[in-house]
Amino acid sequence: MRLINRTPGRLAATALGVLPFLILVLIYGLASQQRLAENPNDKLLPGLEQMTAAVDRMAFQEDRRTGDYLMWVDTVASLERLGMGIGIAAVMALVVGLVNGILPLVRANLAPLVSTLSMVPPLAILPILFIVFGLGELSKVMLIVIGTAPIMMRDVAQRVRELPTEQLIKVQTLGANSWQVVTRMALPQVLPRLIDAVRLSLGPAWLFLIAAEAIASTEGLGYRIFLVRRYLAMDVILPYVIWITVLAIVIDQCLRLANRRLFPWYNAGGH
Amino acid sequence: MSFISVNKLWKEYGDQVVLENLNLEINEGEFCTLVGASGCGKSTFLKMLLGQETLTRGELLLEGETFPEEPDRNRGIVFQRYSVFPHLTVRQNVLMGLELEQKPVLGKLFGKARKEALARVDEMLESVGLTASADKWPHELSGGMQQRLAIAQSLIMRPRVLLLDEPFGALDPGIRKDMHELLLKLWREIGITIFMVTHDLQEGFFLGTRLLVFDKTRNDPHAPGAYGATITYDLPIGNTDEKLLRDIDQSVANTARHQAN
Repeated sequence: MRLINRTPGRLAATALGVLPFLILVLIYGLASQQRLAENPNDKLLPGLEQMTAAVDRMAFQEDRRTGDYLMWVDTVASLERLGMGIGIAAVMALVVGLVNGILPLVRANLAPLVSTLSMVPPLAILPILFIVFGLGELSKVMLIVIGTAPIMMRDVAQRVRELPTEQLIKVQTLGANSWQVVTRMALPQVLPRLIDAVRLSLGPAWLFLIAAEAIASTEGLGYRIFLVRRYLAMDVILPYVIWITVLAIVIDQCLRLANRRLFPWYNAGGH
Repeated sequence: MSFISVNKLWKEYGDQVVLENLNLEINEGEFCTLVGASGCGKSTFLKMLLGQETLTRGELLLEGETFPEEPDRNRGIVFQRYSVFPHLTVRQNVLMGLELEQKPVLGKLFGKARKEALARVDEMLESVGLTASADKWPHELSGGMQQRLAIAQSLIMRPRVLLLDEPFGALDPGIRKDMHELLLKLWREIGITIFMVTHDLQEGFFLGTRLLVFDKTRNDPHAPGAYGATITYDLPIGNTDEKLLRDIDQSVANTARHQAN
């Protein structure tokens, strides 16, 4: 049988999926063990013991200086920035994408600008943001907005334009005015697609968040990682990276489920 | 004055002539079927009736007035596919037109007005045989049922003209026959003017009151776009025989072959 026609069973598929994770953990464990055997104070590849101790210190004990549980403070700060940034970007993408997709006059006017803006590397204008908006929360949120909104705008506009012409004609023969075409035909059909766009934009959003926090911040997951880097505190950095990954997966899956629940017609192949 | 009149109508895209010198008078309540080879302008003509395309020269009049240049609620349309809204259930799909008409800003009906509108919707669904599927999503319906829905959605607006662009082209032959019966029934009940484009000559021959054959009378093999199509047969249905059907079939097939070369 050809390789392309050989499919794993359920159990085999799960096993195959888990295998790379196991190998990764195993390699790390062996390497860590070896280094710690040579030097018990090695900081580069901390073992499970050191990492649990670090997590316990960061997440479950009050910080001696501030009296806060640092990991939670960092998590809340970062999620707030991420949520605000991506939320604002999504709303902007929806509005601009809809009018761009539906109204040829606006598209002629706005589409070149949106395309150009989406090509500007957001990190290159981070200094401008710091100068204009200061080092506070606003500039970090703005970086996420600027980094993700233009691409989502283009995506939404594209999704609107992919709606069949037949539907656009049909809704007009039912007497719809332009406003109704947007609100009753385009908007409801584009919402689930917007959620998909947000899911894809979350990756870049995390990137911009951590970059902004690394440069100017007093708390946040990205700030902490870059802070403890000075002490080579891999026992803190690694759990933080894993924690960020877990958060990203959870947010992504929540959005996926929300999409399924809210738009049953979309996921059942109704589009 | 007739309901729709077409005077010396031409349609060209650049050098390519699609329709040449079309003349036609249609009375209110007629059921016209438009047949012809692909590329002979029957869909283009339908789009002009709809307001999706504009004519190049000539006149297209509805009760003596020029046709509006964009689609409106007086002209319903059913396409071969994608005519219904996937994000609305069957009932909501039919309700949509009533809501859009009564609520220009919100586009939604509430309370008593909604209840009254839904009563009309259910009546409509009953007459196209979709009562049992009222709360389903369009993707849960078969192709034939989706077309029934598209027809119901248009007819609830009581348009003056109903345009059908190969509405049954994607359906199985058996289902197609049911749809013919449904369409004739609705047409008799409502007395609306219908234009239907079809590929299927048989369908055109036995459905409706008038058959319009779009065909090219001249063909230049070196410049396929030089001559457009026009109406070569305009026949009242009922006075037709097998030989005529074969003649038309032959002529349409010839044109199709020329187009393909």
